[in-house]
Amino acid sequence: MSAYTEEELAKDLEGQEYKFGFTTDIKSDQAPKGLNEDIIRFISAKKEEPEWMLQNRLEAFAIWKEMKEPDWAHVKYEKPNFQDIIYYSAPNQTKKYESWDDVDPEMKETMKKLGISMEEQKRLTGTNVAVDFVMDSVSVATSFKSKLKELGIIFCSFSEAVQDHPELVREHMGTVVPTKDNFYAALNSAVFTDGSFCYIPKGVRCPMELSTYFRINEGGTGQFERTLVVADEGSYVSYLEGCTAPQRDENQLHAAVVELVAKDNAEIKYSTVQNWYPGDKNGLGGIFNFVTKRGICGYRSKISWTQVETGSAVTWKYPSCILKGDYSVGEFYSVAVTNNYQQADTGTKMIHLGKNTKSTIISKGISAGESHNSYRGLVQINKNAHNARNFSQCDSLLMNDTCGAHTFPYIECKNSSAKIEHEATTSKIGEDQIFYCLQRGISEEKAIGLIVNGYCKEVLNQLPMEFAVEAQKLLSISLEGSVG
Amino acid sequence: MIKITDLQAKIDDKEILKGLNLEVKPGEIHAIMGPNGAGKSTLASVLAGREDYEITGGSVDFQGTDLLDMNTEERAREGLFLAFQYPVEIPGVSNINFLRTAINEIREHKKKDPISAKDFMAMVREKSALVELDSKLASRSVNEGFSGGEKKRNEIFQMAMLEPKLAILDETDSGLDIDALRIVANGVNTLKSDKNATIVITHYQRLLDYIVPDFVHVLYDGKIVKTGGKELALELEEKGYDWIKEELAN
Repeated sequence: MSAYTEEELAKDLEGQEYKFGFTTDIKSDQAPKGLNEDIIRFISAKKEEPEWMLQNRLEAFAIWKEMKEPDWAHVKYEKPNFQDIIYYSAPNQTKKYESWDDVDPEMKETMKKLGISMEEQKRLTGTNVAVDFVMDSVSVATSFKSKLKELGIIFCSFSEAVQDHPELVREHMGTVVPTKDNFYAALNSAVFTDGSFCYIPKGVRCPMELSTYFRINEGGTGQFERTLVVADEGSYVSYLEGCTAPQRDENQLHAAVVELVAKDNAEIKYSTVQNWYPGDKNGLGGIFNFVTKRGICGYRSKISWTQVETGSAVTWKYPSCILKGDYSVGEFYSVAVTNNYQQADTGTKMIHLGKNTKSTIISKGISAGESHNSYRGLVQINKNAHNARNFSQCDSLLMNDTCGAHTFPYIECKNSSAKIEHEATTSKIGEDQIFYCLQRGISEEKAIGLIVNGYCKEVLNQLPMEFAVEAQKLLSISLEGSVG
Repeated sequence: MIKITDLQAKIDDKEILKGLNLEVKPGEIHAIMGPNGAGKSTLASVLAGREDYEITGGSVDFQGTDLLDMNTEERAREGLFLAFQYPVEIPGVSNINFLRTAINEIREHKKKDPISAKDFMAMVREKSALVELDSKLASRSVNEGFSGGEKKRNEIFQMAMLEPKLAILDETDSGLDIDALRIVANGVNTLKSDKNATIVITHYQRLLDYIVPDFVHVLYDGKIVKTGGKELALELEEKGYDWIKEELAN
């Protein structure tokens, strides 16, 4: 993290408005507004899906129609009108790119602004990052495939996986997040358009960080991403997911589903830096981010979630672990920042089923402006989970007197051998700390950057290098001028 | 270096400084002593620019410019350093990162390029030796988990790194054992030159055995009421402050 310089930060701070607020004008091939069986058939046909997938979707749609939108989260927002959303939109190109040089120049420009230009791509080749770029709903191009292929690793768009590896998709999809799990998971299962698929074969250690950049590009287009990561026995993978979205006045719905399967002795590290458009200073616009993320652990396996959440108008997200296998380990490291009128209700669920399972939760919430930031976590120790252990630490930092921090920890323990620890703190950013920095000649903005990054260090340290630097900058940008 | 004229300041409608005068020239060490509640720490805070205090009168000239017109970080960048009575902990921020940020902010202010990593680390090694600060402490979070003595030594370490023109030590001796006191004093004495100056605020004469002041001032009820040489400190140690109060009453 020492590579990060204050000068870079200062440069980033110059542009105060949302940095990625631009749209790309590429002709869309999009479905009409609204949701019904015909739309689902349209999506499925567009993607040339096999019959079983269409049936899955229709079944999910039937389930979804019977479900009610949940309202237990500590957030307030105008419920989306599901008939007013465009469920499919693809960049208007039919052929797949053979090389990055063939990619539409305008799309390249978009990638450049996002920081993954061709040049960057080439440079990144040396640093072992493979990027699967998701623009709107279709994966435009996938890199590093051949290198990964040698090891038998599959890393492709979800649509491609359905075509090329239907047996793997069919075997695992919906096993961690069943269609009927919740309202948004059901909706996603019916209308998802694309996403990423990753499979690591037995005993293979993926030699590079796998990375996907998500981005919403079409006004009024709901994005329903589907991600499935399967780490077979004894394998390892580190997966990065980053999100940026262009500035929009109307609310955009994002309801993704991420499923992780860590088989016996496997390890999955899943890192997210989320920077969806949060709405303007008055709380107008911004993304609704209602995501279901869950992983299941086999014997002696490990799933580690790390997230840095700075964006979205409303966030509702609980990356969770089902610790099914004995000796399996679940971890959740989170930094959630809310400013202006943002609302976040986020946390995790650690479901201990196996013996000697262990989970760690480190959550850092930072609230500024008029925002509300809630931690909601469940630690559940089931009857047979002997010697289960959990450690939770939930810290909240308030930047002023008008924001709110809330903690809703739930513990359900059905086995007396369990050991559960929970620590929670709430503090206001110290005027004394800021004064101390000022007295040493450090400006207030930099002081806040230092203090906040220090506060989040335990979580930021979990991120791969590339993301840690980006995350530090994001934190500073998100909290600009927020001390009151 | 600094000239304080008729300085008046209050907090929450309570007058603390009531017309304080003090002049410090380059190369000098001034000690300010006085009973509890006399306004010693207020003076330090006001000079450093803490916003809790309202300046109601007077002026402060710092190297030819109006100190009270500058904000806290500008004063620091112009060379005013305050060694805190209660150094603040900043969890997760390494001392090194903190100091490097501070040094580069000061250098930028002086239109200089940022310090190179090599020069910076050499400086850290040199200056941490000065206050016998374990180099491990330099890479730990700012003051977090430091003992009282380590915190005070860290203040002097920072002072050594930032090379201020005017250093104000606010009760740096409080809570120090005799060894730490000697180390801190040794640091201050080593850093002394004819281009910088030091104001030592203290309760006890003890520190002045190690840091020998050119002048000793008694601050009482918001004013400097008596000024003398080092022997004044000894007299105060022996007789307390009551005789000064009596002298003033007459």
